[in-house]
Amino acid sequence: MYRLRLHVGLAALAGLLLLGQGVALAASAEKGKTAFIKNGCWQCHGSVGQGGAAGAKLAPDPLPVEAFTTFVRTTNRAMPPYSEAILSNDDLADIHAYLASIPKAPDPKSIPLLSSP
Amino acid sequence: MRKESEAKFNRRKFLAGVAVAGAGSTVPPGAAIAAPSQAPLDAPPRRPSALPPNAHVAAVETGTPPALAPTKAAAGSDFMVDVIKTLDIPYLPSNPASSFRGLHESLINYGKNTKPEFLTCMHEESAAGMCHGYFKIAGKPLMTLCHGTVGLQHAAMAIYNAWCDRVPMIVVGGNDLDAAKRPPGVPTFHSAQDINAMVRDFTKWDDTPVSLQHFAQSFVRAYKIAMTPPYGPVAISLDAGLQQEPIHENGERLYIPRHVATAPPQGDANAVREAARLLANAQNPVIVVDRAARTENGVRLLVQLAEALPAPVVDQGGRMNFPNTHYLRSAPNVIGRADVIIGLELSDYWGTVNAWIDNGGDDGSGTRESRIKPDTKLISISAVDLNTKSNYQDFQRFQTIDVHMAGDAEATLPALIEAVNAALSGDRKAALEKRGEALKKARAEARERTRAAAAVAWDASPISTARLVMETYAAIKDLDWSLVSSSGNVSNWPQRLWPMEKHYHWLGRSGGYGVGYGAPASVGAALANRDAGRFSVSIQSDGDLMYAPGVLWTAARHHIPLLAIMHNNRGYHQEVMHVQRLSNRRNRVASLGKDMGPIGTSIENPDIDYAKLASSMGWWSAGPIKDPSELGPTIKRAVEVVKSGQPALVDVWTQPR
Repeated sequence: MYRLRLHVGLAALAGLLLLGQGVALAASAEKGKTAFIKNGCWQCHGSVGQGGAAGAKLAPDPLPVEAFTTFVRTTNRAMPPYSEAILSNDDLADIHAYLASIPKAPDPKSIPLLSSP
Repeated sequence: MRKESEAKFNRRKFLAGVAVAGAGSTVPPGAAIAAPSQAPLDAPPRRPSALPPNAHVAAVETGTPPALAPTKAAAGSDFMVDVIKTLDIPYLPSNPASSFRGLHESLINYGKNTKPEFLTCMHEESAAGMCHGYFKIAGKPLMTLCHGTVGLQHAAMAIYNAWCDRVPMIVVGGNDLDAAKRPPGVPTFHSAQDINAMVRDFTKWDDTPVSLQHFAQSFVRAYKIAMTPPYGPVAISLDAGLQQEPIHENGERLYIPRHVATAPPQGDANAVREAARLLANAQNPVIVVDRAARTENGVRLLVQLAEALPAPVVDQGGRMNFPNTHYLRSAPNVIGRADVIIGLELSDYWGTVNAWIDNGGDDGSGTRESRIKPDTKLISISAVDLNTKSNYQDFQRFQTIDVHMAGDAEATLPALIEAVNAALSGDRKAALEKRGEALKKARAEARERTRAAAAVAWDASPISTARLVMETYAAIKDLDWSLVSSSGNVSNWPQRLWPMEKHYHWLGRSGGYGVGYGAPASVGAALANRDAGRFSVSIQSDGDLMYAPGVLWTAARHHIPLLAIMHNNRGYHQEVMHVQRLSNRRNRVASLGKDMGPIGTSIENPDIDYAKLASSMGWWSAGPIKDPSELGPTIKRAVEVVKSGQPALVDVWTQPR
């Protein structure tokens, strides 16, 4: 039983990886920003993926799209997995494109309020 | 036979006399007293069954207690004011009500409305919340008056927060007890046989005095119990008739027992030595603290303990226990490497050493994971182990502890530090210095990571919580500041970025996580800070404020300066993910309606104008601020207003967390 589950899991993972690579080609950062808000991602991760007490930092420099997709679909931690019925492949790819488009954060030493205390 | 009987000592009275003598008799030893009886002249000398009382004890036993405060009281409630005044209670936040009208009248006329000063509140939850916040700054309990059934029900949530946060307050509930005399109609709706029953599960002690002398004993006892660690709220049901009746002398003078503080309980000496041995011999000891430091001295003692080992300190933030500028202040992940953990006044030891993941595992109840190694030794010192209430589950899941001490951590620390120093040999101390150097390096690296994280989204709108917090700090850093509440979750940026070294720099959270604590506790703490000459600032969340915003009026009415920076994320964010998580688990899209979060979790459409709300109650206000570049200048203006003695609120549209 355990072996069967493992095979099914690996097959699903491989499918997701391929899917992630495929849809990423047509991904739109602009649409991704809308999807990021509409699907409530920003509620825990912040509007530019900065993260905080409720969710991990996602941007800048998000996970590679394959790992990102796999995590969203299969996570078993505090963040629940998002099935395709809840978050489409297109939306997910667009969200990744949006996160990838977020520019690098400023050096904290360049922000006076962060350089002194 | 009768004479012989008279000559014997009444043991009960004798012991009572000793106890009263301890309460402050002024009769000098050796003073003459009347012989209690006449023995036959030819009888042999009788050997007493107990030592005879000296003059001091006998006088106390037979005379009027000298602690009696002369009273000019005419009404029962006047005497109650005399009793209350002996305990030096500065303020009495309350919402007025008929069931305590007798005491109310005596407080403001007979008592001249000083010590305590009546502070007008618009909700009993606000009044109790103010008591809560006040204590955490002043270290002195306040009392509040509640109206029988309805007022106490309003106050109940705030009392529960105080219970969970180990904060003392004296809750006095007016009640028309005598059904034959109480006014019919509304006062009878508001009466009950036993109003204390409503809060008995989360108060340390309660009483229903039936005479004025009984009240005097009850009130002093209530104060004493509330102020003995573990601190906690106490309740007195006060009959309206007892307040209003004139004092009947009945040949017996009323007296006021003197309050003498009870020494806090300490951990067992043998257990302290065993704990010290484990800590001294550990390779990776870790200190975890939640409400360990009751006072500034508690902070100093914790630093001594941590430096003696040296051991990293994880501060869970129930109080400001340990300076966040100290190199031994550490992130919780050090727990995973520990071979010995000492937990000091932890509210949740199980949750400290275990993780619970809300992932639907185990048939929906979530997955449990250990955070520690299997052979890690656990030590605990907590006075809360002396609490014996069982209905409310604030004691959390059961955790097996290797060395478990029921005692107050702060009171036990001097003995523990001494035992640790004795257990550490000179060679061992030298070897441990390397451990300290490694922790210094780790601390510096963590600091840089925190600043880098704060820089992300620095210019975002809605404004990032890191920016909110640091713009606020920039405006107050040169003042003697006190962060009196952070009711909204701002990702702990104040604790991560503000240098917190004094006990009053951070007061901890609500205790029971009952929403609505932040605003009244901030006002109460600001009141205490006002008297201490400090500047009070709160990070005020929107949902918390709307539970009982009338406390804003109380702050303005009583000239309590407070800077409230609104963390206005327009939602009950804590609940967003609960609905989302269940939706995902059931493979359904969470319905948002027209809002940002799942239906029922947002506070928008319409947006609340908190600046107008505050302004309508006498506060200086500004906002909503949405552009981060406007935030700093606005807060600076607000700081100047607060320095002039007024409260000020700045509404800021923020990121959710």
